Amino acid sequence: MRVSIDTEICQGQGRCFSIAPSIFDFDELGNGVVIGDGTLSDETLSLARLAQSNCPEHAIFIEE
Amino acid sequence: MTDKKPVKDFATDWDHTDPKWVNDPYPIWQDLRERCPVAHTDRYGGGWFPSTHEVVSAIANDTEHFSSRLVVVTNNKYPEGSPPAPIGGAPPITSDPPFHALARRLLLPAFAPGPINALEPQIRALCRRHLDELSGEQIIDAASQYAQFIPPGVIAHMLGFPSEDGEIFRDFVHVVLDLIDLSPEVRAPLFVPMGEYFDQQIADHVAHPRDDLTSYLLNVEVAGEKLSPEHVRGTMVLILIAGIDTTWSAIGASLWHLATHPEDLARLVNEPDLMPLAIEEFLRFYAPVTMARLVKDDMEFAGCPMKKDDWILLGFPAANRDPEAFEDADKFIIDRTINRHAAFGLGIHRCAGSNLARLELRVAVEEFISRYPVFELDSSKDVTWAQGQVRGPRHIPLRVPV
Repeated sequence: MRVSIDTEICQGQGRCFSIAPSIFDFDELGNGVVIGDGTLSDETLSLARLAQSNCPEHAIFIEE
Repeated sequence: MTDKKPVKDFATDWDHTDPKWVNDPYPIWQDLRERCPVAHTDRYGGGWFPSTHEVVSAIANDTEHFSSRLVVVTNNKYPEGSPPAPIGGAPPITSDPPFHALARRLLLPAFAPGPINALEPQIRALCRRHLDELSGEQIIDAASQYAQFIPPGVIAHMLGFPSEDGEIFRDFVHVVLDLIDLSPEVRAPLFVPMGEYFDQQIADHVAHPRDDLTSYLLNVEVAGEKLSPEHVRGTMVLILIAGIDTTWSAIGASLWHLATHPEDLARLVNEPDLMPLAIEEFLRFYAPVTMARLVKDDMEFAGCPMKKDDWILLGFPAANRDPEAFEDADKFIIDRTINRHAAFGLGIHRCAGSNLARLELRVAVEEFISRYPVFELDSSKDVTWAQGQVRGPRHIPLRVPV
């Protein structure tokens, strides 16, 4: 399972790294970035899903 | 303003300065969502108001058919001296692609979470100072004696303007955002003092450069060239105007909510971990900001025959109340966990100051409820809401524990 952010869609709304700072960080422009390669465990999957369902731009994708 | 005809049907004659809309727009938007969903008006030279999340989002994301050249609806679509698209008078908010990305990139690092979060101690101290000044008073106005002081103080600091000029900034905001209904001839001269003030600040920063946003904008280079004076001034106007009324409205609306919903106030006082969810719900439910667009060319869009230079009043607050997009959309749920709200807009014009706005809102509410864990509306004075594209309470009389 892996999470990614589509950088073409992300506008830096800032929800993902506030909700799930263990999975997401921000770059110097304030856009969201995935920490590491985005691999999710059973424990982090629900947190990633929560961030995904709060992204106003629908920029977060999860491969299961 | 007083000679305007009251609106009989908002579907065919909307006016966001009509008292009904100003006092309680939510039932109007709900009615429009069920009947239209894109309302029309001949006022302001003609325009459209989409009331659903779907159409608001479609327009916000469609920079091919809609321009941001002007983002505040007035009676003048062609103001003299305003730079044309794709730059506009206050880049990047008034800019279109491809220029927009360049102007925005210059600003974003200053408003990214890193530098913004570093301001927290200062914002907290500012809030405490204003609360200290109210100590001993039993009746306070949470808008005019508290909320309205927080954003100007922060913005003055960022731009390197004198901190005591807050009242001057609020006058500028009033001209730009509230007095939209005046004729162009009456309105234009009101902008003169603002222009002079910015000229003075720019001259002072040229003579005495320092570590602030104004000096940064004056010196930053793009492709080996400094920004034009119009660009620098336009961006400073944007930061000042967009950073003050908006956040002050969000703080005020949140405190008004807590004053009128004691159960939510008690929960927030007793469960401080709820704060992040509560902040997002305040932003969704009371989203203060509505932006405008202009139709680029004649076309049919969402079933509407749009004409070149028709206004679009882009109601992000209405999108936030759309039951198609939110469960129990008209219910304030302080611990709402799924909340894809559009309070900061959608697409490339996402509010550049959103990290700052969230921080100010959170700290201002935290400090207020820590000082006053209990408070309620005082009936001696009316709560009044600002008209126009930034909605928030301008007076919130409260009875607080001494």
